Amino acid sequence: MIPISIAFLPLTDSAVLVAAREQGFAAKAGLDLTLVRSTSWATVRDRLVYGQVQAAHMLAPLAVAVTLGLSQQPAPLVAPFRLNLNGNALTLSTAFAAALDPVLTHRVEDPVATAHDFASAIGMHHRKPIIGVVHRFSTHALMLRYWLGFAGVDPDRDLTLRVLPPSLMVEALRTGEIDGFMAGEPWSSVAVSEGLGQIVAFGSRLWRRGVEKVLATRADWAETHPETLDALLVALDRSAAWCDAPENHTALAEMLAAPDYVNQPVEVIVPCLSGRLALGRGEPAVSEPDFLMLHREAANAPSGDHGLWIYSQFVRWGMVEASDAAQAAAAAVFRPDLYGRALTGTARARPVEGFFDDRPFDPAGVAAYVQSFKGPPA
Amino acid sequence: MRIAIVDDSGLRAAILKEGLAEAGYTDIEVVAPHGGFVARLERMAPDIVLMDLGDPSRDALEEMLTVSRALARPIAMFVDRSDDAMIGAAIDAGVSAYVVDGLRKERVRPILELAIRRFNAFNALKIERDEAVTALADRKTLERAKAILMQGRGLSEPEAHALLRSTAMNQSRRIVKVAEALITAHALLDPPKGGPR
Repeated sequence: MIPISIAFLPLTDSAVLVAAREQGFAAKAGLDLTLVRSTSWATVRDRLVYGQVQAAHMLAPLAVAVTLGLSQQPAPLVAPFRLNLNGNALTLSTAFAAALDPVLTHRVEDPVATAHDFASAIGMHHRKPIIGVVHRFSTHALMLRYWLGFAGVDPDRDLTLRVLPPSLMVEALRTGEIDGFMAGEPWSSVAVSEGLGQIVAFGSRLWRRGVEKVLATRADWAETHPETLDALLVALDRSAAWCDAPENHTALAEMLAAPDYVNQPVEVIVPCLSGRLALGRGEPAVSEPDFLMLHREAANAPSGDHGLWIYSQFVRWGMVEASDAAQAAAAAVFRPDLYGRALTGTARARPVEGFFDDRPFDPAGVAAYVQSFKGPPA
Repeated sequence: MRIAIVDDSGLRAAILKEGLAEAGYTDIEVVAPHGGFVARLERMAPDIVLMDLGDPSRDALEEMLTVSRALARPIAMFVDRSDDAMIGAAIDAGVSAYVVDGLRKERVRPILELAIRRFNAFNALKIERDEAVTALADRKTLERAKAILMQGRGLSEPEAHALLRSTAMNQSRRIVKVAEALITAHALLDPPKGGPR
């Protein structure tokens, strides 16, 4: 058995890693898998970059940021496997959400209208709203910025984005430290079940089938340990297939609920897995079958285009200066070749991606794409 | 040189502060990682921030270091790639350090080394305390189980103890586990009087 350690954050989308260990997929692939629970992305990143673990559950944009040297110590990372697509929700305090469409389902169904409602709510709020995001370099932050930017909101001027670890969001909402947050599950469901807020947007509706967490390793480690990496990807692929099967959701939720993993009640973990979420306390659950995708539609196969889109948003928001070198480095983080080597013959049909505003992204024209966001909103 | 220690446990901060004071660093402030702690740190403008690697507020602090105008763009301690052994030691000890840009390595290194030693000292102390707490709880459980046996079966204390011990040995379980089972069973069969039913 080859020992391997993976750092993770307590989130429902750590499911594929947890099941790989608990259901024996890792052991079957010859790996003695240890999962190292962490409380902040900075810790996950440091453990990976400094070799305390060999792989990590990581925000896709953070893997790009670390590679580009935007996040403390620069270190080239690779992402050969997507752990999930989507899985986030935007939750606003009940008071702030009152300025949106009173019919809760309308809000999530029509992100265009909700973006405009949100923009006008900013003016009515007694102060600049503070929205929690899990990291500067997170899909959540990029998606929120993209969505608000569509409605003419400048997220750096018109509101405050406050970085908080997902596990502290609910407490910050309770104390009024933030007016809402965008985070992975189960944290929105926890806030809803406690009556502190309402879900007003699903990540899966803002960026359809957008990459969320990836399995990241150091580029040099992937280079020198091809067999271990292949075995790991095989184990994760089997695990993802198991996790995605509806008949396993109850067992999976019970597994994740344990103190060593998400440490939250089963009832708040199930909605994300089943794609049936209550938008407010006491409200009937609404169906969002694509809320979290763990395996189907080639959900795990990475593509360099994701790196390019993430890079385009880094440039758009001034997080990195545009350069050919940075663009190439960002595209090279995602490694479909490593995925294909370990999982030959796996169906690679690309999922249908896209944004709520249907603005097309052309990976061959990143500069023009970035330019198209400048100037008055369409 | 101004040093900020971000820490929730007064004990760890005290251990760290004492060590730093011995080494001649006296401008030290301890900040608890709650609410507006980031703004407080910003006003304090420390040269170096020491924090527990496991602290959930690390991301918030890094965000501040990225966007802060009050602090010159500060960077993580672990910038020197040649210092892998030191970084490994820091991570193992649970120290995460942030340093303002431009601070010389020679001045930072002793602080970090000291912090590593002190964090380790704290961990040792914590393990000792946890063991003491467990031992105390175990003894209380044992006392309650013995009392039940003494009352219910008219045994003397040494007899009650012997019974628990022999049962534990026969079942190859820890004596405290047997005591816990007895207390649970007793509560089920004979609920405390006067309580809500």
